[in-house]
Amino acid sequence: MSAPTASDLPPGVAVAPEMPTLWPDVRLQTGIAGFVRRHPTVAVGGLLLLMMLMLAVFAPYLGTVDPTALATARRTRPPSVDNWFGTDMLGRDIYSRVVYGARVSLTVGISVATFASIVGLAIGLFSGFVRLADAILSRVMDGLMSIPPILLAVALMALTRGSVSNVIIAITIPEIPRVSRLVRGVVLSLREQPYVHAAVASGTRTPMIMLRHILPNTLAPMTVQATYICASAMIVEAILSFIGAGTPPIIPSWGNIMAEGRALWQVKPFIIFFPAAFLSVSVLAVNLLGDGLRDALDPRMAKGL
Amino acid sequence: MFAYVVRRIIATIPVMAVVALVVFSLLYITPGDPAAIIAGEQASPADIERIRASLGLDQPFLVRFGEWVWQLLHGDLGTSIFTNLPVTTMIAQRFEPTLSLMAVTLCLSIAVAVPMGVVAAWKAGTFIDRLIMAFAVFGFSVPVFVIGYLLAYVFSLEFEWLPVQGYTPLSQGVGPWFENLILPAVTLGCVYVALIARITRATMLEVLQQDYIRTARAKGVGQHDILYIHALKNASVPIVTVIGIGIALLIGGAVVTESVFAIPGLGRLTVDAILRRDYPIIQGLVLLFSFLYVLINLAIDLVYTLLDPRIRY
Repeated sequence: MSAPTASDLPPGVAVAPEMPTLWPDVRLQTGIAGFVRRHPTVAVGGLLLLMMLMLAVFAPYLGTVDPTALATARRTRPPSVDNWFGTDMLGRDIYSRVVYGARVSLTVGISVATFASIVGLAIGLFSGFVRLADAILSRVMDGLMSIPPILLAVALMALTRGSVSNVIIAITIPEIPRVSRLVRGVVLSLREQPYVHAAVASGTRTPMIMLRHILPNTLAPMTVQATYICASAMIVEAILSFIGAGTPPIIPSWGNIMAEGRALWQVKPFIIFFPAAFLSVSVLAVNLLGDGLRDALDPRMAKGL
Repeated sequence: MFAYVVRRIIATIPVMAVVALVVFSLLYITPGDPAAIIAGEQASPADIERIRASLGLDQPFLVRFGEWVWQLLHGDLGTSIFTNLPVTTMIAQRFEPTLSLMAVTLCLSIAVAVPMGVVAAWKAGTFIDRLIMAFAVFGFSVPVFVIGYLLAYVFSLEFEWLPVQGYTPLSQGVGPWFENLILPAVTLGCVYVALIARITRATMLEVLQQDYIRTARAKGVGQHDILYIHALKNASVPIVTVIGIGIALLIGGAVVTESVFAIPGLGRLTVDAILRRDYPIIQGLVLLFSFLYVLINLAIDLVYTLLDPRIRY
């Protein structure tokens, strides 16, 4: 059916003039292109992180050799066709060590973020709901937060044997109060919300209120916090290995490779350069992801930072 | 006002007590036998016993804790396992370089970061803003020793403008002292600058939208005065808070920076202590830095009342 024209209409009835289009011609972008356009930092950070994850997972198939294989005849060779990133003081292939090092870094980063979030969430929820526990837990968390994180991790590592799991624990403990404070803050402000009062009035039990009404609201800020913890954990892991308090030297981690290159950095800077570059890119990826997630999950902050 | 200051000072006592308790308990809550771990792989049972006794691990927790706190209150941090010197003496010998490094870093960083944040907020959304914020993200992402080696490589080895490594005490002249500290301070300051610049920009953006800024602009106040006198003054409280909190970053970073630039300070002492598993020194350093951190943040809280007369608790 075509639009009515003036001749079709009974006399006395006028057709409204065509309205100008007030909305600019915007096509809502959907799919991957739309996502990339709306959240470029999430896309770039996610992509870089994905590449690092692939590197870690497929390390044995990426043209690597045994990262611990010694070849004393080929020590501190500069990058070449055989050894893409050169060889270290013991003749080990730096390319292979860097690729395998991605495993340690990412394992530590992701584990610390996960464990710190879970423990911090539990402590935060508990201290947000139980007044008596809050008084004690908050003091303990304040105290923990007053110890510079790297030093606390160093002290913990000095008392345990160097291993990847001990490194994870040593980095997780200083991060816990950061999560628990965040969760506690959210719980305290949500407790006074009318819908929570309504739930209390209608007889919902406290554990159910926590689970159904409070927990979902803590997830967004916690995810953002977890990415930042992941980024800082990767840096702290490298620092610990670098100063000799991290993973045992036998395990190829980026911090260990750099620690071994330390003595020769003035003459053989490539030993430090490659692990440093990979570490920086990984941390940058996680930070970009965190910034993007923060803007996407909390539009209020997008304007601010 | 006076009551507030007293209350605020008293409030730091429980925090410090918790710090002391946590640092002390580490010896007891870590799995395994700390004496055996500190002694190392090749230690004989007699060595382990000697270390156990010197750490007081053969006594009950509460007895040892009481003794330890009593010593702590008298300024005694114990004795080094390796050198048998009092920990306080060893810390005192290494204090100057670290203090110099931190002071220079603090001054340089604030002098650079605050104007950066202000300009980013003023030019929000433009190329300059993006550039500054991109720098901030990089500052957070590039580990401090990577920045250190990069700077040392470029400015000391390639251009030979600055000394590569080492430290000259202040007593040998301000010039050489400062020359040796420029690169370490810039290295250590990167994360800190990123942090302060970000928070400055965020608070400035908020303040610049206030009505009184529009009023100031309408009555013809110059751009510079609006930014630095009208706006920055009101944005100062969160900025100063972050400057205080960020000192934890500086402390952690100093340990690494000092080993990159071979500065014989507390950071080097920490690293040496780790290599020898000299736990009393590590314990003393953790306590010292934590107490310093708490006291600096206490001082900052008190400075608030001067910056912002509206704050009265």
